[in-house]
Amino acid sequence: MLDRIAKAQHTIEEACETLGRQITIMEVCGTHTVSIFRSGIRSTLPERLKLLSGPGCPVCVTDQGYIDTVLELADRSDCIIATYGDMIRVPGSDGSLEARVSNGNVKVVLSSEDALQLARENPDKVVVFIAVGFETTTPASAVAVKEAAGEGVTNFCILSGHKLVLPAMRALLDGMNDRVDGFLCPGHVSTIIGWGAFAEIVNEYRRPCVVAGFEPVQIIEGLAEICRELVTGKPEVKSVYGAVVTEQGNTAAQKIVAECFEPVDGYWRGLGKIEKSTLALREQYSRFDAFRRFGLEDRPGKENRGCRCGEVLCGLIEPIECPLFGTRCTVDRPVGPCMVSSEGTCAAWFKYGRRT
Amino acid sequence: MCLAVPARIVELEGDRAVVDAMGNRWKAKTTLLPDAKLGDVVLVHAGFAIALVDEEEARKTWELFAEIEDFEKTSNKVSG
Repeated sequence: MLDRIAKAQHTIEEACETLGRQITIMEVCGTHTVSIFRSGIRSTLPERLKLLSGPGCPVCVTDQGYIDTVLELADRSDCIIATYGDMIRVPGSDGSLEARVSNGNVKVVLSSEDALQLARENPDKVVVFIAVGFETTTPASAVAVKEAAGEGVTNFCILSGHKLVLPAMRALLDGMNDRVDGFLCPGHVSTIIGWGAFAEIVNEYRRPCVVAGFEPVQIIEGLAEICRELVTGKPEVKSVYGAVVTEQGNTAAQKIVAECFEPVDGYWRGLGKIEKSTLALREQYSRFDAFRRFGLEDRPGKENRGCRCGEVLCGLIEPIECPLFGTRCTVDRPVGPCMVSSEGTCAAWFKYGRRT
Repeated sequence: MCLAVPARIVELEGDRAVVDAMGNRWKAKTTLLPDAKLGDVVLVHAGFAIALVDEEEARKTWELFAEIEDFEKTSNKVSG
């Protein structure tokens, strides 16, 4: 193990020397963010290697407009809101779901299946499942919708805010932050879409894309592989996540998602509107679409005052550059989602420190 | 949120499974991994098995989780 780390570190140091400039690598996965901070990897890297956290935390990238729509639904007495725990504390324009728990209609679920079960148990209410998350999470929502359709459950719907990681990477490179030299690609998203999916970024933008697992040694090997490719000038798509991630990914999951959802233009915190980046239910499942059911629109929201989560998500600033960081915005009293989510960049900086 | 946990399938009936990780057991479905068998170690995310994992990979992740749990307990104490 130690020799693998030493070898990777050597490759990284050599690359920094050979290229003679700053190397910027972005990870696009909240779990990577946490693992990098927790393990202290940053402190072992040369100053010239800059690690940025990109739009990889699903709660963080969810636009304020969506959060406000969720809160609007939570204020209706005919609805039960079923949500993953991560969303509970995210502040909208008017409080959070947490502040509405006392209403009695906000339920934390661990799975889309639990949300559907709530609908079966509460026939007089409409259960709205807060369907956020990247490709890893979407298949679970699709299964629940198909199951509800099969059983003829009529009081269940989902508010789909499901996001696709590739359009976000493109949006960054197309303008928001083209300083990124290479991407450390998300491990669990890749179990679904396959590591081959990142080939389009490599081919079109000439940026190395390396899928890594979450152990420190895998992360550092992923970084070393990106550095190696930058030196050779031949960007590739690779996986250092072993057998867990295949080139094709989970085709059964891809199939069920494609059957239920289609990509539409959607809003992201920090990145704005991105073409075909969000998944909406297809026409044949529209009766399970909470936007349609309640006549709502996916609209952009306004960030909470002073919050710079949007810029943090694009890797344009580091959390410490936000005037609220550690003062008005802390893990105990978060203002923005990057501090709320356990996978958020600000939360990681706050908990684990700047260079550790 | 994209966090997935490796766990062993210890019961399986149709696509309904019970999985075990480090002695913790919970229900999961194998709808998205139709070939999963009893005894397989799978990556479980939001109540669904999403990928097959080899034993070695799973063991390393379980160790990592145990370590994080220890660390979290410590940091909570420090912050009071």
